[in-house]
Amino acid sequence: MIYLDNSATTKPKKEILETFVKANEQFYANPASLHQMGNAAEDLLEKARAQIAGLLHMKHVAFTSGGTESNNLAIFGTAFAYKSRGKHIITAATEHPSVLNSLGALEEQGFEITRLPVDHFGRISLDELKNTLRSDTILVSLMHVNNELGTVHPIADIARLLKNTRTFFHVDGVQSIGKLAFDQTAMPDLLTMSAHKIHGLKASGVLAFNDVEFKAVQVGGGQEAGLRSGTVSVPHAAALAKALRLAEPHRGHQKWNHDLRDFFMNYPNVKVLSPAEGAPHILSIAAKGIKGEILVSGLQKEGIIVSTSSACSSKSRETSHVIEAIRVPRDYRDGVIRISFGAFTTQQDIRHFKKAFERVNRLIKGV
Amino acid sequence: MKTNQILVRYGELSTKGKNRNSFIGRLRDNVRQTFADLGGIRIKAERDRMFIASDNEAEIEQAIRRLPKVFGIQSFSPVTEAELDMDAMKQTAFRVVEKLDRTGKTFKVSVKRPNKAFPLEKLEIMHEIGSHVLRSFPELSVQMQHPDIELKVEIREEAAYMMAEVIQGAGGLPVGAGGKGLLMLSGGIDSPVAGYHMLKRGVRLELIHFFSPPFTNDRAKEKVFDLAEKLSQFGSSVNLHIIPFTKLQQEVHKQVPDNITMTSTRRMMMRVADKVLEETNCKAIITGESLGQVASQTLESLSAINAVTRTPVLRPLIAADKLDIIETAQKIGTYDISIRPYEDCCTIFTPANPKTKPKLDKVEYYENFVSFDEFIQEAVDQREIVKFPQVKKNGAVYEDLL
Repeated sequence: MIYLDNSATTKPKKEILETFVKANEQFYANPASLHQMGNAAEDLLEKARAQIAGLLHMKHVAFTSGGTESNNLAIFGTAFAYKSRGKHIITAATEHPSVLNSLGALEEQGFEITRLPVDHFGRISLDELKNTLRSDTILVSLMHVNNELGTVHPIADIARLLKNTRTFFHVDGVQSIGKLAFDQTAMPDLLTMSAHKIHGLKASGVLAFNDVEFKAVQVGGGQEAGLRSGTVSVPHAAALAKALRLAEPHRGHQKWNHDLRDFFMNYPNVKVLSPAEGAPHILSIAAKGIKGEILVSGLQKEGIIVSTSSACSSKSRETSHVIEAIRVPRDYRDGVIRISFGAFTTQQDIRHFKKAFERVNRLIKGV
Repeated sequence: MKTNQILVRYGELSTKGKNRNSFIGRLRDNVRQTFADLGGIRIKAERDRMFIASDNEAEIEQAIRRLPKVFGIQSFSPVTEAELDMDAMKQTAFRVVEKLDRTGKTFKVSVKRPNKAFPLEKLEIMHEIGSHVLRSFPELSVQMQHPDIELKVEIREEAAYMMAEVIQGAGGLPVGAGGKGLLMLSGGIDSPVAGYHMLKRGVRLELIHFFSPPFTNDRAKEKVFDLAEKLSQFGSSVNLHIIPFTKLQQEVHKQVPDNITMTSTRRMMMRVADKVLEETNCKAIITGESLGQVASQTLESLSAINAVTRTPVLRPLIAADKLDIIETAQKIGTYDISIRPYEDCCTIFTPANPKTKPKLDKVEYYENFVSFDEFIQEAVDQREIVKFPQVKKNGAVYEDLL
């Protein structure tokens, strides 16, 4: 099988699994325990934390169960800590459900949420963001790279814009960390990352942060400086640190992205939805008059794994909110598939994909 | 064009008459030790200045990063080499000045020309280079007396040498020039800072720590190890003596009333320290005591503690404010270690109401019933000695995993 659904999740790298197994064998003690074994686990945990903070160019790191929890923690945590300062939060219409639904819950509690609209490529307008900012805006929460389109929000510009204001900036970096370079001089206040999108393990993520005090969402024994209770999984932390160290922007992705864009030009019934200047590892297309799931299963028969838009929304029958937000023409709307590359993707995979797509397209048109 | 030398200006030692040679020798040894892992480094110590050279520019960069920590150095300057050719020299001058902060600064070029075969005269060289730099950086203005930036050019047989940047050194005296002292290292904020001040005055350190298992745990010991590691980063290695103190401490509690145990415990520490001092050839005991901080640090208390020894007890922080001490601790990187919340042997046996003005005769009276000599000798004999800088055992395991 040729796996081109790396934005849903990635295959763990062998060396990361090795770290996980070894850390489980040698450092299984609770890092909060006072004894020698607990101390050793704590040392490893703190080394992992320091390595992650260094690689992300952020001051602090709290370990979580993944991207969704980190986004929840960033949003609820900041909202509850700073609600006396204001109750206005800005986001975009195309954010991940873990952000949009958190904000929806806050809305029910009296917070006011502005959801910035996007253009046909999923881009927000910086001017519009500026105009929406108010003195009681406590948080702007945006993703760096959109998971369905690959659209890149200008987070460094926004970080600079918000730098000397009282508005905090949260970035969901799940689809960008380890894949895109960050501007180290303009980092956000809060940054979400997930290990399994960079060939690490599932159920493992971090919320990295600078000078912001947020309230805990999950409470209990006060681990992670009280910000996230629950026994910390040292093996997950070590594996995440390693995954992050091994992750690097892939040279092939940009080339293959261009290559496939050129390829789809030959198909008048196919529209490329991803912006040309988007993240190189994600390419979304829409085929006219067919359902995405038919394309997915047709390609699967040819040994190629892709998905319809995001994995989160692909099982429900409804059109994804992102596809709706960028106003894809009605006859293309159901035919969206997302091709996403990972560290293991090869030139040959792309060649196979093209041949397979050609055959599937012919087959479908023949019907 | 290559930056392959560093010129080092000595600190106070330039003024130290007779001892000068031993100071310079000491500084050279400390510098050598600091760069022990850099194979290509050559050191030439002259009477007024020292040259550090290497053909490997990466080594010079490392050296520039480490030198600000070495005591006995007033300042130093990277030296850049240029070919004996006017164009090459102009280009080098540009690069050297380019690296500096130039806004609103005054500037001059000074030239030495020991190589008399060089075709241009001194004034011509000055003019050529000066006008090239000034044209390139219009923000500079010329000032011949005390300019902010002085570009020094020396034309020698083999090449031209240039320098302009002056980097501040740590000052003080080379560690070891002032003999050796025994620092009582508790794990708190003050004692490492006291040690730092003595290092700066050229005193080598032995460290002594009182460890009371099971009342104090391995984390507390590790904290002291980390502090010792920091104190070993100033150009001279240190030994840490860990004294098993539980028995002695319990004995004191049996013998003396609660409100003077603190004074008595400290007197025992002094007696243990005296023994270690003899064995290690130290000449003074150093503590982080600062007047009035806690009950044991009143003048009455200090004199009752001090009465137990004839060794000079140096207290470099005696008149320092806590905030200043904290600032220094942060600067030398010990603060974050010191504030880790593990108990040391002083905090666990602290009585509820220690006497702030203990009477020496009372203290001596209560101690009089038992001879502590045996316990003291036992503690000294059973001490663990660890040398720093230390290679951590687990470090490699962690690095493999991460």
